[in-house]
Amino acid sequence: MKILYFAWMREHTGCSTEEIRLPENVANISELAAYLRGRSAGHEAALRNLKTVRVAINRKYANLESPITDSDEIAFFPPVTGG
Amino acid sequence: MQKILISEADFDIEAEYAALKKTGVGAVVMFAGIVRDTAKDPQLVAMTLEHYPGMTEQEIDNIIKQAEARWPLQGVRVIHRVGRLLPAENIVFVGTASAHRAAAFESAAFIMDYLKTNAPFWKKEESKTGSVWVDARQADETALKKWQ
Repeated sequence: MKILYFAWMREHTGCSTEEIRLPENVANISELAAYLRGRSAGHEAALRNLKTVRVAINRKYANLESPITDSDEIAFFPPVTGG
Repeated sequence: MQKILISEADFDIEAEYAALKKTGVGAVVMFAGIVRDTAKDPQLVAMTLEHYPGMTEQEIDNIIKQAEARWPLQGVRVIHRVGRLLPAENIVFVGTASAHRAAAFESAAFIMDYLKTNAPFWKKEESKTGSVWVDARQADETALKKWQ
């Protein structure tokens, strides 16, 4: 699956996108975030406080309980500040 | 008639006005968002805008569809710039055309309010002392309440 990070989350993880294989025991966004936190200190910093993070599955807003599959594109990003 | 464009290049307000006017209706409302000037903020050097290609266009399309369901609109045009923008440069354009001025005014405000809270853009402010990501404002969330 493809994971994307934007804005300060991207700066923390050090990558804008990464490909991973969905581990078998990971079924939703919050479990995925917990798994990704183990990848590096930067990931841990980016995904530490999920209350301040927005998430999209296949380019649609989702929430921490949303189920995921290995073919999904998941994006993590801070609250938006355009306009 | 609708247009959604995410672009590094500046937009031409005259051309957008001409396109909206072509719908033949009696009311056009246009909004432009601009990087504030250094006269207001002497520390500001630039703003860099990042977005989520694909999702951005989809979210703006959703917002326009909601606006079209609420108001009789003949034209909607939304342009948002990305990349590094200097003080006083254009950031965003929203134009609406309708037979009724209230519909044109209200839908333009509605589209901007939802764009600010839903379209995946992020601003980083570069000042003389460093760079910081702009925080989302509670006031922008509050602005949505009037449409609910």
